[in-house]
Order: sequence, then C-alpha cells, then structure tokens
Amino acid sequence: MADLDTIERVKEIEVDKYKYGFETDIESDLAPKGLSEDVIRFISAKKGEPEWMLEWRLDAYRRWLTMEEPSWAKVDYPKVDFDDLYYYAAPKGFDENGPNSLDEVDPELLRTYEKLGISLKEQEILAGVRRQDEPSKLDDQGLNIPKGAVAVDAVFDSVSVVTTFKKELAKAGVIFCPISEALRDHPDLVKKYLGTVVPVSDNFYATLNSAVFSDGSFVYIPPGVRCPMELSTYFRINEKNTGQFERTLIIADKGSYVSYLEGCTAPMRDENQLHAAVVELVLLEDAEIKYSTVQNWYPGNAEGKGGIYNFVTKRADCRGDNSKVSWTQVETGSAVTWKYPSCILRGDNSSGEFYSIAVSNGRQQIDSGTKMIHLGKNTSSRIISKGISAGKSSNTYRGIVSAHRKATGARNFTQCDSLLIGDKCSAHTVPYIEAKTPTAQFEHEATTSKISDEQLFYCKARGINEEEAVALIVNGFARDVIQQLPMEFMAETQRLIGISLEGSVG
Amino acid sequence: MLEIKNLHAKVASSVEEEGTEILRGISLTVNPGEVHAIMGPNGSGKSTLSYILSGKDGYEVTEGSVTYNGEDLLDKEADERAAAGIFLAFQYPVEIPGVATMQFLKTALNSQRKARGEDELSTPDLMRLVREKSQMLKVKPEMLKRPVNVGFSGGEKKRVEILQMAVLEPTLCILDETDSGLDIDALRVVAEGVNALRSPDRAMIIITHYQRLLDYIVPDKVHVLSKGKIVNSGGKELALELEKDGYAAYEVDAA
Repeated sequence: MADLDTIERVKEIEVDKYKYGFETDIESDLAPKGLSEDVIRFISAKKGEPEWMLEWRLDAYRRWLTMEEPSWAKVDYPKVDFDDLYYYAAPKGFDENGPNSLDEVDPELLRTYEKLGISLKEQEILAGVRRQDEPSKLDDQGLNIPKGAVAVDAVFDSVSVVTTFKKELAKAGVIFCPISEALRDHPDLVKKYLGTVVPVSDNFYATLNSAVFSDGSFVYIPPGVRCPMELSTYFRINEKNTGQFERTLIIADKGSYVSYLEGCTAPMRDENQLHAAVVELVLLEDAEIKYSTVQNWYPGNAEGKGGIYNFVTKRADCRGDNSKVSWTQVETGSAVTWKYPSCILRGDNSSGEFYSIAVSNGRQQIDSGTKMIHLGKNTSSRIISKGISAGKSSNTYRGIVSAHRKATGARNFTQCDSLLIGDKCSAHTVPYIEAKTPTAQFEHEATTSKISDEQLFYCKARGINEEEAVALIVNGFARDVIQQLPMEFMAETQRLIGISLEGSVG
Repeated sequence: MLEIKNLHAKVASSVEEEGTEILRGISLTVNPGEVHAIMGPNGSGKSTLSYILSGKDGYEVTEGSVTYNGEDLLDKEADERAAAGIFLAFQYPVEIPGVATMQFLKTALNSQRKARGEDELSTPDLMRLVREKSQMLKVKPEMLKRPVNVGFSGGEKKRVEILQMAVLEPTLCILDETDSGLDIDALRVVAEGVNALRSPDRAMIIITHYQRLLDYIVPDKVHVLSKGKIVNSGGKELALELEKDGYAAYEVDAA
C-alpha cells in the first residue's frame, strides 16, 4: 500500500520541478555534426589557437579512436552515438576574440544568467546593488572588491560569455580567464601544465575531452598570493544534441590560496546531453586549493527520459610539500554520473580531502567517489561521503585509497554513509584500499540507514510536514559535508537537497 | 474541546483479515483547563490512544469519532493536528542526527505558525523565547546546539520534550508515560515544567502506569483503561486506590 503511494509520488517528480529547465532562444554557430579531424581543426580555428595546441588535440583524437568506453561503473545507459553530437556550439557573434564588454553580449544571454540568479554585472556588485550592506571600498591590497563578491566565468555551451572582475584580480597578479583566452595570452603557462595532471590518454572521456574541449576556466595564483575573492565558473548547456567539453586548469603557485566554486544547469530536453569535462589542479609547495561544486544538471524525467550524462575527470596534483587540496561536491542532478575527483599526494606532508553529498531520485544513477593516491611521506587524506538515494535510483560510492611503498606514515580516514528513502532505490559502497607500506594507517567506516517512520512521525507531530521533514532529516544526515561549503553555497545547497527529494516519500 | 465518541481501532494491515481490536469503544470528553489522567496496565491501549489522537500512521479507526474544537480530527494529517494545537510528548523521543535542537524547534514553530497563517518568528525572537523557557526546565543552552535527542540521557530527553511543549504552546497536551525512565529529581523538574503550563484554556491528558507522577501533577479526573475500554472514572483519589490495589480487579471485570 505504502509502496504504491511512493511510486505514485515519485512519478510526480516531473520535469516541472526542475526550475532551471528553461531554454534560451538564441541563434548558434555549430560545428558540423559528428567527430573528425576536420571538426577538431574547426574548433581550434574558431578559438584561434597556436599550432601546438591543434597537434595536441589531433594526437588525443587519434588515441581516442583506439579506446573503448569504460563499462566497470555501476551505471546502465544506452550507448552514446558520438557521431550524432555537435562538438561546438556558440551563440552567434562569438569569434575568437569574444565580446569586449557586456554591452556586446546578446541581452537574451544575459537574461539567462539573471534567471539563474547569477549576476555578471560587476558595476552592480561594485555599486552594492546586490549587497547593500557592503559598500565598495578599497581594501588593504588597494583592490576595489566588495567583501563576499564572487568573480564569475560564465560558460554557455562551448564558449565563455564573460568573466567578471578580471581587472581587479589582475592587480593582485591573479589570472582568471577562459582557457581559450589563456592559450592566446599565457601560452607558456598553459603549455607547461595542461595535461600534466590528467594525461591525454588517461581515460576514454578525458581523451575525448582533450581532442574537442571548447572552453572552461584558467586560473593562476602567483606565489604567496591569497586570492582576494572567491572564483567561480557557471556552466550552462543550452543547444540541443551538443556535448559540453569544458577544461579547467587551476595552478596554485608556492604558498598561494584560492577557493573556487563551480555550478551547472541545463534545460530540460528529451534527448540526453553529454558533459565530459576535465579539471586539473596543480599545487606547488605550501599551496592550498578549495574546490566546491554544486552540480544540478537536468536529471531527466521520472521515466528516465532525457537528462545529462555527466562523465567527468577531476584530479588534483599536490606536487609541492605541505600543499593541501579539498574537493567538496554536491551532486543532485544528471541522469548518469561518473565522477571521481582525486588527489595525488606527491609532496611530503601534503593532504587531500573529499567531501561529497550525492542525492539521487527518480531513475538517476550515480557512480562517484574519489581516489587518494599517497606517494609522499606523511601524507594524509580524509573522505566523507554521504549518499542519499530515493525513488528508483542507484547510488554507488567507489573509491581508492592507496599508499606507495615510499609513502611512509600515510594516513587516511574514510567515512561512507548511505541513506535510503523508500524501498525501490539502492546504495552501494565499493572501497578499494591498498597499502604497500606497513606504516600506513587507513581507517574505513561505513553505515547504511533509512529514514524511519518514527523520525517522520516525530517531525510531523511537531507540525513539520512530510516534505520539510525529509529535507530536515537529510540535511542533518549530510551536515558534516554541508559545513565544508563556502557560505554562498550553504543555503542554496540545503534548499536544493529539499527540492531534489520532493515527492520521495509516500 | 476534545470529544471522543465510541472509538474503536485496530492495527492497520494490508492483509484482509480481522486485526486485533486495540481500542474497543472509548468515549471521553476533555474540556479546556482540565487535566485527565489515563491509567492502566501494559497492553491496555494507552499508547495507541495517544498515537491515534496525534495522527500516527498504522492504525485504522473502525468505528466512532474524534472531534477537536468541533472539527473532525481523524481527517487531519499529524502535522495539521499539531498546528491545530495538539502536542504529544513521546514516551521514547526520537533521535534526528545532525539536526540541532534549536533548529528543530525553529522549524517546528514556524511550520505551525505558517499553517495557521501567522508570521514566522525571527531567529533572535525565537532564541529569546527558547532561552526563557529552557531555564525553568534546567536545559542548558549548549544542549540546544546538540542534535535532537542524540546522546541525551533519559532525563534530558524528557526535559526537552516538555521544553518543546512550552515553546509550541499547544492547547491539548498528551503526555505518554513521561515519567518512565526518570529518577525522582528529574521527575520533579519535569512535573514543575508541566504544572507551569497548566492554564484555563489548555487541557492535558496524562498517560501513566503509576500514581507517582500524579503526586506532582494533580489531575482533575482519572480514568482506568483496560483491554481497550475505560472501565472506571473518578477523581484524583482513584489513582491512590489503584496504587494500593493494582489493576487485577479491572482485568477480571473487563475480560
């Protein structure tokens, strides 16, 4: 009886619950459909790239042709027809130079970001329109940046529409720009680091990305600089049948610090859209990067039709001693997720953290986790994963913790908690642990629980309705991870978790 | 205020067979300002009655009616009943990991206010209200930061139940074996908290095994429940008789 109810309610999680599902009606420049060396030349020419970059892409493409799609993840989806995709889509008028100012950007595009609640208008932020409590003033570094303001790189399909606060950041020596621009303005830096964390041949999707990546963010923080504001990239897939292949490269030089946020949404479409990104983080001595993601790609409808395939390779390389990286992810969207933000702890005393909340509902499938590769001495890592499954979804944590034989004194603490809502969903935990040094100290804790009828009744008896009660209990369950998020994302995340689970209890 | 007429109920079951009837024709009227004690042996249906009044799933009312301030109560969801002023102090308060007690109180109070069409209370106003009420119940501010009922001692759990009651200001309080698991000092604190909430427009139903609690919270009326029926009703002296003679006499009578 209760089961039928649950099914009915879950069915109601229709597309209209996804509030970012609107489409922007805009004319686009598309590459010819399908993938070939010519299409890669087309993309490279569109971006006005140097010759070596084109060669790099073509090399990746030739390798990719020999590779096979991985099948080890616990996800099941119709094979992607890679010849039926557009690999480049840009709003008309975006040539290699892009718009010089916001005035040149199609107002329809700007409205899109307004609707998504993202301000691209620096002047407004600076004038305190958005934050009246924070009048703009010069801070101690002589920078005109209001406290709490966030610099945004807005990526629409295959191009970066605009990057805010570039000039102010440049005063601090920080480079924050689309990667296509970095290839023109800072080719040496890009050439030095691109593909050094995620090699061209790393895996099927990363290799594909290397061949066809279109845009993404480039960040360089010079030695000793603490980035004066949060940086963020906002990804939006709009065009039909396109793949988004963004590439992000962040380099934190010696003793620097940056906090970076990433957000994603897409319109509701019946077809699946492919998102195969690569994110590379490089950390030199004493550097620290905090990377946070709130992923809310369209998850498809209740029958599992449509939605984004999110096949992403994210990796951080702690090259320098005492460097520190922290991944925090909130995964609520996408039809299929295949994603393992990882840390290579190469420098002595370096540390990596992975905090994850993965919420699946309807027919979503998530296979996500992390890899902590301990190579240096006295390296430490920490994994806190909170999986929440509802509806008929499948939610898998998959992770590796390994210590090289020279990684003496390596330490890891892993905690994987799963929460089940209803009885049609599943949760799986697949941890691999490998220690080649007897001095390694690895701990693994895992729990699986359900929202109990007693908890729901207790909340309801206090006047809290069922949906609010589920949101409250789930947010409590995920609290350890939510607390790791930057302030800007905390409230949004709590709300998003509630929305994602609407109708999950009968 | 509360009107229970010939209430019959059993455990809901999807199987098409006669479930055992737990309540077998209860009638009870509770007026504003009154404190009623319901006493009875294990399995007499005391807790079931409290669950049915507060709207817990899993029970089926087969006959009879319950109205609250003239409205049919059995039609409402548990959260709607709470907003209408009904509060159940749980015998076994439930843990909600990761949710701070203060946050829980805020969500509960504002949900009820919203349902009644009232403005939500701001965080500072709420903090003031909660702090004031918690002093009386000897609940320390640090405790309000801890997750709901997680790692609380038996006494702490019951004190926080009564604190919730004080903050939510219900019109009908149902206390389900609030005395269980309390030592004599904790019992006194809890009873004082409850007594402070007695008022001419608030009614209480106190469910208990023992006379002990009723030494501190003196009822206007005492009812004896046995095998799903009220078999005797009287004043506070009835509780003393029960303490002396036990329930044996009633169990024979009711069989």
